[in-house]
Amino acid sequence: MAYKIVASQCTVCGACEFECPNAAISMKRGMYVIEAAKCTECEGHFDKPQCVAVCPVENTCIPA
Amino acid sequence: MQKLLQLQDFGGPGAKTLDEVRREAAQGGCSSTGGSGKASCGSGAGQGDLSPEVWDKVKNHPCYSEQAHHHFARMHVAVAPACNIQCNYCNRKYDCANESRPGVVSEKLTPEQAARKVLTVASTIPQMTVLGVAGPGDPLANPGKTFKTFELVAETAPDIKLCLSTNGLTLPDHVDRIQAMNVDHVTITINMVDPEIGAKIYPWIFYNHRRIEGVEASRILSERQLLGLEMLTARGILVKVNSVMIPGVNDKHLVEVNRAVKSRGAFLHNIMPLISEPEHGTVFGLTGQRGPTAQELKALQDACEGEMNMMRHCRQCRADAVGLLGEDRSAEFSTDKVMEMEVEYDLEARQAYQAKVEQEREVIARAKQAELAKLADETSAIKIQVAVATKGGGRVNEHFGHAHEFQIYEVSTTGAKFIGHRRVDLYCEGGYASADGVEPIIRALNDCSAVLVAKIGVCPKDSLEGAGIEAVETYAFEFIEKSVIAYFKDYLERVGKSEIRHVVRGDADIRQGAFIET
Ligand code: SF4
Ligand code: SF4
Ligand code: SF4
Repeated sequence: MAYKIVASQCTVCGACEFECPNAAISMKRGMYVIEAAKCTECEGHFDKPQCVAVCPVENTCIPA
Repeated sequence: MQKLLQLQDFGGPGAKTLDEVRREAAQGGCSSTGGSGKASCGSGAGQGDLSPEVWDKVKNHPCYSEQAHHHFARMHVAVAPACNIQCNYCNRKYDCANESRPGVVSEKLTPEQAARKVLTVASTIPQMTVLGVAGPGDPLANPGKTFKTFELVAETAPDIKLCLSTNGLTLPDHVDRIQAMNVDHVTITINMVDPEIGAKIYPWIFYNHRRIEGVEASRILSERQLLGLEMLTARGILVKVNSVMIPGVNDKHLVEVNRAVKSRGAFLHNIMPLISEPEHGTVFGLTGQRGPTAQELKALQDACEGEMNMMRHCRQCRADAVGLLGEDRSAEFSTDKVMEMEVEYDLEARQAYQAKVEQEREVIARAKQAELAKLADETSAIKIQVAVATKGGGRVNEHFGHAHEFQIYEVSTTGAKFIGHRRVDLYCEGGYASADGVEPIIRALNDCSAVLVAKIGVCPKDSLEGAGIEAVETYAFEFIEKSVIAYFKDYLERVGKSEIRHVVRGDADIRQGAFIET
């Protein structure tokens, strides 16, 4: 029950960081990563995972 | 201070002193009385049909006044990487294509680094009067970082003007904050007011926590953009509108966009050519969508001009550019260097420089009026375009072989009008002519009858001549507009005496790729 970011595709724009309702996304050593323990796949907050919806690159925020 | 003095010396070796020029100018022209003369020389000073209040706000803004951009500089800092919409001419690996050139990546800064950089640059370069946040994504999709940067800069440097650019989606939510922070210009990129057309430009937007696609996305975007525009103008904040001209998609429609934004109070409209190359990896780049030619762009700008002020000197420069527009000094101010430099913010020295420029501009405006007066009894219907090689200060002061770009003026008996820049590859590299030779430059200047330069070699001069473009060194180090008008007068005389034949010139190329000084 968590999402992850495909590092090789991420543009490090940070759009997902602002949108995550659980503050699960943060910058680690120059890359954005999702902390699996905090990610709820946006259940109870929104009907779609926010990181997927805002990310400009297809298939970059994906189920882990 | 040493630097300051150097910067004030605009002209080259052969330039006249300010006083000489002033004496000359005082003999002719519309008025010879200091300040009051300025009003009667309105158009000469570049005011056009802007109201005095608006002119007062923009006259020293390099992005808004084609005159000011000879003398003042703005700086953009890349503090806003995230974006909330997708444009088909943007590949988000690079900076926002609305505000800088596609295919450019700028160094991302934290608000603290950015503020420090701004202050360092401003204390070294007195021309630096404007700070913009324009990307690399959408500043209002990163409101925390954008406003924090403004706050930090305003604390130390209250004289620096703040501006920001946005795609407009979240603009209505931030209008109060923008007003509270004293931001004096906002640029909104508006490419359509018809969602059907929008759907061909924007595949999706992210709004109210949902990704919205198709016509609905553009309907919301357009509504939000126009609402934001109305809210800003109602509060007296200046709004410029940028539009990207995409042939076959929104080119004809932009006339309608022009009307819509003018009626809502935008003070300036800047129509930019689509820049689209497959290697940028944008949707338009990959589908082979072409950009407009120079004449197509000019025709559209002319069609809109009766409606409102058009901006023609934008060259979609880099979002982190430092220095006078086009003269990029970013390398001197890398983040590492900036963090080490001592900063002493000298407000007085900056004001002294600005006062000096004020004087010089008045002189330039008068010199132009004086020259124009000599055309008063000419009645020819001839209209030509003239290219100018310059490195700033409003003078013809660049060597043909060293020019990265040319300024293009349209001139007729009614006067000289700046219509745009043409970028070119350097003709002369390390003393040798470049491999492609002069051909690409000829293509870029193909719609011009002449090119005014400080100096030019015999070979390129002959090649230009062969293509019907006269290379002229007579006006080296003179003021540009005055020279363009003087050349035109001479041109008319020679046509009158049948020494030369007037030829209507063809279309020209708009060069693709980023404007980066190397
Ligand atoms: S799915 Fe939702 S909770 Fe998980 S990282 Fe993405 S935005 Fe955060
Ligand atoms: S939105 Fe996508 S591209 Fe941007 S930082 Fe997050 S994962 Fe990377
Ligand atoms: S608004 Fe700018 S950053 Fe966002 S998709 Fe469009 S061009 Fe790219």
